[in-house]
Amino acid sequence: MMTTTKTVAEKAASKPTRRDALRTLGLGGAVAASMPLWARYAGAQTAEPIKVGFQVHRTGIGAAYGRWYDRTTSAAAALINEQGGINGRPLEVIAEDDGTDPKRGAEVVEKFAAKHNCDIGFGTLFSHVVIGSAPRVGELKLPYFVVSEGHHVASGMLNRYTLQPGITDVKSQVQAMAPFVADNLGKKVTMVFPDFAFGHDHRDYFTAAIEAQGGEVLEHIAIPPTETSFTKYFPKIPRETEVIYHVMVGPAVLTFVKELGEFFGPQRPEMFGFIDSLEAVDIGSPGLEFLDGTYFWEGNPRYAQENQSEYDAFFRERVGVDANGASVSDPRDVSTYAHMFGCWETLHVVKAGMEASGYRGTQDRAALIEAVEAMTDLPHSIAHPQGAKVFNGKTHQVFGKQYISKVVDGKMLLVHTTSIEDTFYPDEVDYTTQSL
Amino acid sequence: MDFGPYLMLAIMEGALTAAVLALTASGLALVFGVMRVVNVAHGEFFMLGAVLAWWVTQLAGGSPVLGFLLALCVVPVLVGMLAAFVDMTILKRINYDPERTIVATIGILYILQQVTLMTYGPEARPVAPPFNARIALPWIDMSDGTLRLYWPWGLSITSYKLFVIGAACVVLLGLWALMTKTKLGLLMRATEQDREMALAFGIPVQRIYAIAFGLGAGMAALAAVLIVPIQQAHYLMGGDPLLLSFIVVIIGGLGSLPGAILAALLIGLSDGIISIFFSPTLAKIFATLFVAFVLVFRPKGLWGTGKP
Repeated sequence: MMTTTKTVAEKAASKPTRRDALRTLGLGGAVAASMPLWARYAGAQTAEPIKVGFQVHRTGIGAAYGRWYDRTTSAAAALINEQGGINGRPLEVIAEDDGTDPKRGAEVVEKFAAKHNCDIGFGTLFSHVVIGSAPRVGELKLPYFVVSEGHHVASGMLNRYTLQPGITDVKSQVQAMAPFVADNLGKKVTMVFPDFAFGHDHRDYFTAAIEAQGGEVLEHIAIPPTETSFTKYFPKIPRETEVIYHVMVGPAVLTFVKELGEFFGPQRPEMFGFIDSLEAVDIGSPGLEFLDGTYFWEGNPRYAQENQSEYDAFFRERVGVDANGASVSDPRDVSTYAHMFGCWETLHVVKAGMEASGYRGTQDRAALIEAVEAMTDLPHSIAHPQGAKVFNGKTHQVFGKQYISKVVDGKMLLVHTTSIEDTFYPDEVDYTTQSL
Repeated sequence: MDFGPYLMLAIMEGALTAAVLALTASGLALVFGVMRVVNVAHGEFFMLGAVLAWWVTQLAGGSPVLGFLLALCVVPVLVGMLAAFVDMTILKRINYDPERTIVATIGILYILQQVTLMTYGPEARPVAPPFNARIALPWIDMSDGTLRLYWPWGLSITSYKLFVIGAACVVLLGLWALMTKTKLGLLMRATEQDREMALAFGIPVQRIYAIAFGLGAGMAALAAVLIVPIQQAHYLMGGDPLLLSFIVVIIGGLGSLPGAILAALLIGLSDGIISIFFSPTLAKIFATLFVAFVLVFRPKGLWGTGKP
């Protein structure tokens, strides 16, 4: 050890020869050629990348969503970097698995702030993970952009550092669905939903919304999201039910829908489902034939529709999704199309917010929050391929159009699009009054 | 739903649970009976059975019937061989010491689960059932003093679920025949009764251990192959069968095969009925409470032979 140090020291002390100089130059050239992307952004004040800590459900019950959130986020980041990054700096996504577990979620955001020195946290879907992580995010003062759908952001349950600018929340979704259900399918509804925060949002807000339409919910059937066998829950469905309202998540969603079909056989009532019950599942799977003629809420239509926008076509192409909503490389790998656009749109909101606030580094996190809070109209564009949106800076929640599709010949056909106004409800919180 | 059809549906769902549970738990009971090993990795052998069934049906391509038959024949053997290998390389090395085997099988549990996660991935993947027709069931109604048949809403079962129940009965009969009518069964029973004496009589106890461990894991894998067209193969699916199998084995009496089967019926049916009339969570609470009572008042189990 000593000798090595000595030789190095001796070398440094000796005069550089011409050969040494040439070798150094050659090395420099090789380094320049293999320089990472961030080093090429010479115009920016700093060449440091903007680090996005991506809390991804790689394992656990959210794994199917995680896979597609990952692909969408990578595609969005690649696009932003191709266009010159943010404020002339490249975007770097640091993905970390949270196991779809709230406790692990809180540890992951901690790691983003302490170990990776991330500028923001991003991308969480499952509501219990969001609720588990948000308090720590508030303490760390780490802007946390969730893509979760839960009403917990707009309800005021979380804090000023948590925002949801890329996907609408359950309360606004179900409120916009209730008139369609009451007018077209029936007024006596039985709800089947997963027994955790996300399902409870459905239970509370749809029940209120359908009552406002003169309908009623006959029975609420809550099912644990880790359940694997479902027939035993269905006898609780009252005989006079006109519409089954179903929403389910977790690894067993296919079993859930299949057993629902087997339970009713040919005597099924009308059915209205949230596509969550069949996200990442092929509608053509054996046993799902009974779904023909039933309706689904879709956050974004899985099948490319006749009047598909150019932005949707571009989004599909960049993420690698075909016209049937499956991976272009494997038609059996069906995407979570109704949700994953949220990652794409959220990253674009982050970009816009950082550019508006002249974001330089972690010292400007508060300015970023204020810049996003100042946003209102988000027009239908490449940045927002799902449709135009309106952001509410007080509640930190975005509002947008909702889609209703009917299953026809094993494909989902768009039959109704709500307006953005259909999804509005009075503010329940004003986060801007909280200190940063 | 009316009470009659409701109860009938509960019993049928319970019978399905009981059938699968009886297969899984009898594997666990066999291993404990012959080897005195508490196999915490039993649920992972179940999971492996389901995952391999998916893999085999994918390889077979095309016809779901062919793929399923192939999985039914190949998968339990593969899992059994893996378990026998685990026995020879790990359990034998630690001399089947009770404490150390528990720790070792916990290690095996994590290895199997994480290797599955790394290779097969976190997705739940379906296996197409070889056949699956919905069979609506009639019910008798008494109205105005006359009996009439009618088809109540939701009272149905599928042909595949009936097949699972039937197949489980056949396999359990086969296991009973193996234990009582064959030489291998005789050797296993001899080893179970007295290991030292069996050794003295020249029984290759070491090999019997490997066979018993493989057979136990193979039973779990077989149960999983049967259930996977109803549920889906997922790397975390081993947890519930493990817990329920332990409940069943404790209630039935550690190491007692008939006890395990009777307890599986009891737990499976009560799970089906309590789930339907009250709630599935309550069913689990009752089962666990029942175990606690059995341990307090009858530690050798309801049908246990009295040995520890």
